[in-house]
Amino acid sequence: MKLFRIRGGVHPEGRKRLSEDQPIEDLPLPELLHVPLQQHIGAPAVAIVSKGDQVKKGQVIATAQGNISAPVHAPSSGTVVGLGRYAAPHPSGLPGRTITIRTDGLEEWTELSEPMDAFMADPKDIAKRVSECGVVGMGGATFPSSVKLNLGQRYDLHTLIINGAECEPYLTCDDRLMREYADDITMGVRIMARALNVKRVLIAIEGNKPSAIRAMGQAANAYDDVTIVEVPARYPMGSEKHLTQTLLGLETPARGLTADIGAVVHNIATAFAVFEAVTKGIPLISRIVTVSGEAITRPSNLRVLTGTPVAKLIEHVGAYSSEPERLLLGGPMMGQPLADLKVPLVKGTNGVLALTGLQAATQVTTTSCIRCASCVDACPCGLVPLEMAAAIRKEEMELATKSGLMDCVGCGSCAYVCPSNIPLVQYFNYAKGRITAVQRTEHKQKETKRLADQRTERMERQAAAKREAMEKRKAEQAKKKAAQQAARNQEQEKVSA
Amino acid sequence: MSTPPPLIGGPFLKQSPSVSHIMLVVMLALTPATLYGLFQFGLPALYLFLVTIAASLLAEAIWLKLAGRPALPALSDGSAVLTGWLLALTLPPWAPWWIGVIGAFIAIIIGKQVFGGLGQNLFNPAMVARVVLLISFPFQMTYFIHPVPLFQQGAPGPLESLAVTFGYGSGPTIDTLSSASVLGHVKTEIGRGTVWADAFSSTFDMHGLVFGAVPGSLGETSAPLLLLGGLLLLAARLITWHIPLVMMGTIAALAAVFNAIDPLVYPDALTHLLSGATVLGAFFIATDLVTSPVSATGKIVFGAGCGALIYIIRTWGGYPEGMAFAVLLMNAATPLIDRYTKPRVYGRTRRGTPLVHEEASK
Repeated sequence: MKLFRIRGGVHPEGRKRLSEDQPIEDLPLPELLHVPLQQHIGAPAVAIVSKGDQVKKGQVIATAQGNISAPVHAPSSGTVVGLGRYAAPHPSGLPGRTITIRTDGLEEWTELSEPMDAFMADPKDIAKRVSECGVVGMGGATFPSSVKLNLGQRYDLHTLIINGAECEPYLTCDDRLMREYADDITMGVRIMARALNVKRVLIAIEGNKPSAIRAMGQAANAYDDVTIVEVPARYPMGSEKHLTQTLLGLETPARGLTADIGAVVHNIATAFAVFEAVTKGIPLISRIVTVSGEAITRPSNLRVLTGTPVAKLIEHVGAYSSEPERLLLGGPMMGQPLADLKVPLVKGTNGVLALTGLQAATQVTTTSCIRCASCVDACPCGLVPLEMAAAIRKEEMELATKSGLMDCVGCGSCAYVCPSNIPLVQYFNYAKGRITAVQRTEHKQKETKRLADQRTERMERQAAAKREAMEKRKAEQAKKKAAQQAARNQEQEKVSA
Repeated sequence: MSTPPPLIGGPFLKQSPSVSHIMLVVMLALTPATLYGLFQFGLPALYLFLVTIAASLLAEAIWLKLAGRPALPALSDGSAVLTGWLLALTLPPWAPWWIGVIGAFIAIIIGKQVFGGLGQNLFNPAMVARVVLLISFPFQMTYFIHPVPLFQQGAPGPLESLAVTFGYGSGPTIDTLSSASVLGHVKTEIGRGTVWADAFSSTFDMHGLVFGAVPGSLGETSAPLLLLGGLLLLAARLITWHIPLVMMGTIAALAAVFNAIDPLVYPDALTHLLSGATVLGAFFIATDLVTSPVSATGKIVFGAGCGALIYIIRTWGGYPEGMAFAVLLMNAATPLIDRYTKPRVYGRTRRGTPLVHEEASK
């Protein structure tokens, strides 16, 4: 298949060797599971259990709220022992709403939804089932998958792209999943294609995963509409818009969706979750996580229940071989620093990394920008990062926005190549936060003004109506009075006459 | 400066060479041509070279001290050494020591630090210094000697060389050695009405031009060795092909056109490419990261501008060589070039509006 070149990008050392040959292994059931209510983009789920309740594995413990949300299920059977705030996997380190379950070790399942015959079912029902099972984008973005599976109703779609690029260094969870569950994934992919009503499926896998390509190729061989595409190993190949461009040669319009050009992108692990949800009724309560890094004794790929504290994973793989200088959730390019080992694993966590030495990049000093333009060459979005950063340093957010700040996907290629070690992504995140805050304030002010204006208008209208009514009454009274007066006068005239 | 907040945005991997690494590679790339130049022009050239670099470091240290900034990180990043080095390469090899010192102070302080230090300067520091020197001290700056390689008969010894550079005692009878640079000679002769080819061949030969056995500045004589260094920079991906290729291409094209129009007056393309500072400028001066545009298109515009200006100044200007002027003029245009040659943003047209595809939405 003809591939198209994308602009920029970088080639970080893969370091997937560490864990790529480790088969998926089940993590032993932890005693406590801290299940956050926000494991997705959108509104957090609302708890429907209370302290002391017995829950079964797979039972809904929090329901979705609003259109963009996802329910949360009990990862194992046990007792709800806590319902409150707990350390959350968020860079702020702030706690989030969490249900804590003390597991009973019985792993007793709740009554699951009936398996569906996806190829007979209504596409809408597939999306509904995916939604009920709490499936979200598992590449890290955690956008509720059902919303994306319903895009077929609003767009004329022609291609479903399955993202098996796994372009982040170290991570091998998708690689392992493809090698070990190729048939299930292929089934999941075909179910998704049916939900979206597309005729063509492209499964994109980076060339550094030959075993996965072979396994998926065998599994998909029987289906003409499913094609395995080997894409070059280059970061950020897994970026949705850039993967689409590589495969279709079309750029997604700025601020738009890939659906605007007729394609929808889902992650490979999401396809597996969809398979489980639709054909078995199993909700999303576990995922594959790569535990790796130079400081990890035994790099592994683990199947982990959501809500499992990170400490349990590290314990299981034999703790540290050396003191890690940096702990990360996710990949080293776009992952986030891990503040605390008690933080629970969530639906979107694909890796736990313990880095040391050069790889940790902790002891870097920032020097002046020498305008070397490495960042310009590396940016896959055609931005001029050095210029944006200079504007942000001067708090000139408008200039930064004009330079394309909001078109930045935050991939970090620029900061990766910067010889002056300027934390460009940090600048951009800061500015994006500031701009969002300003927009929110502006929106609030506008709304307040609108409401105030409406109120003034309403009050004026009421006052006018009152005044009118009063004048009318006055006029009527005056008329009446005049009539009475007239009558009285007549009478008087009569009397006097 | 307050301590920066902890890094919460990735990436947590680093590929890249540091700034000082970049400077080191550039110096490495300059080394063959420099060594050859030093060999050609002997010990006085070596003295001047060392004095200029030392003065650059001193200027940087003094400024940082006055500004109350830590001196060590800036001194050790190699940028001051490189500036001094590049400046020394553009000086007449037997120029007196104070030329190097004044040049270094101008380059570091006026050329770089008053703008805010490394990365902030608009103009190439070494070229600022060279132009100031050329205008202020035209005699010393155009006093070229015919090369007398080291260890050869007639090469000045260590003490004599000290006398050449530092000007005490009695130096060698350097008057007999003085000469004009190729471009200078050709310009003078053409001014006198001599046909350029005669003017050229009466004094020089192409062989000498290629291998640098001609009078000229310290670093601008050996085209093949400079080219070697330039290729090293390209291989190390510190520069891209855009500026050097377009710049030399523009010079060659203009030279070829005018040479075709009147071969008696206008030197041919090869002479232009091999003489003066063409190769040094194309690979090491115009490509200065700080003062050249950042996008590929911008670099092409910049290179073409430099090339055209060099040819214009050489051919019709008052100076035999125009590299420094051309680069400085294009430096001044760099912010403007950058503004109009930004890459196209993903998903947007060149004008910045979102792309429109055939509507897929129902």
